[in-house]
Amino acid sequence: MTDQKYIVEIAGLRKRYPGVDALDGIDLKITRGEIWGLLGPNGSGKSTLLKCIAGLVKPDSGQVTINGSKPSRKTKSAVAFVPEIDHLYNWMTVQQTLNFISAFYDDWQKEREQELLEFMKLDPRKKVSTLSKGMRARLKLVVGLSRNSELVLLDEPLSGIDPSSRDRIVEGIVRQFRSEKQTMILSTHAVDETERLYDSVIFLSEGRVHISGSAEELRIKHSKSMNELFKEVYA
Amino acid sequence: MRIDFDPAVPIYLQIIDEIKRQVATGVLAAGDKLPSQRDLAAELHVNANTVQRAYREMEAEGLVETLRGQGTFICQDPNVVEKTRGEMINKLVADFIRSMRSLGCSDDSILALIKLGLGKNEEIFEKRGVKKND
Repeated sequence: MTDQKYIVEIAGLRKRYPGVDALDGIDLKITRGEIWGLLGPNGSGKSTLLKCIAGLVKPDSGQVTINGSKPSRKTKSAVAFVPEIDHLYNWMTVQQTLNFISAFYDDWQKEREQELLEFMKLDPRKKVSTLSKGMRARLKLVVGLSRNSELVLLDEPLSGIDPSSRDRIVEGIVRQFRSEKQTMILSTHAVDETERLYDSVIFLSEGRVHISGSAEELRIKHSKSMNELFKEVYA
Repeated sequence: MRIDFDPAVPIYLQIIDEIKRQVATGVLAAGDKLPSQRDLAAELHVNANTVQRAYREMEAEGLVETLRGQGTFICQDPNVVEKTRGEMINKLVADFIRSMRSLGCSDDSILALIKLGLGKNEEIFEKRGVKKND
């Protein structure tokens, strides 16, 4: 029986790469309908954890379930994963990119795609190769948010991006997020800019969950912002 | 609506405070409609769930009422506006006293300083119709 309250349940998750424990026993329950911040410095295991949830990395032990099922073809249709690496083709235009990717998904929302393009101030006729890093990041977000996915995983959507693009991306997420039928997990070390986005946060450190819980409750408990808490945890 | 958020304080409480401030100062009147949760979330760059929590909390306090399909409104009851104003005044006074005490002022000197301050601003206060004995 699946617990309707949680969309993702993780128990005893471990993943070891040669010489390093990427994930060293993770237990987590992700509440449905929330935006979660997966926070931690580089190398803390954020990417590996997201990839395990997306079903792109097979854990050594422990398990991940999405709506009660192990990651599979079936769960993949419910999950949109936007990787940190740039997976766009340089020779395509912005519109060609979206047409190409949308062909893989039944749940692609053309209307939302156009709305997002406009909001992100992306010119559909421009070649991907001519886009700045910030504009490429915006395009990746359009790709991630144009589907009707129940679970959206964004891996470092803000890394190495200029402040104006960061602002757009944060506002784009706020505008598009549908809490009644969507859950989002966003990994980042840019806690300051994303502070107000989260319902809940996870502080990951050396492959373990250091702190997790409601952002507002943590503010009440520590009288600190997530950013201050982040600095304290990783000092 | 614009809020300079203090990220160390729960965001939903800061949204409630701003709406109460607007009610107390007359920017929002009894029966006025509040922005939709989604619009306010986008405007403030906060999660829509946070705005929902703020609205729910104000509803529980009786400050706002949500009409199905129509939106959220400041309560029609004019007493609610008066009560909000009173709460705000009490909080300001309490905060002021706490800050003054933390600076080492005795209660007598706080009183004396207030009188001094009011004396300087007497004209302004009188123009605004604030009674000194209030």
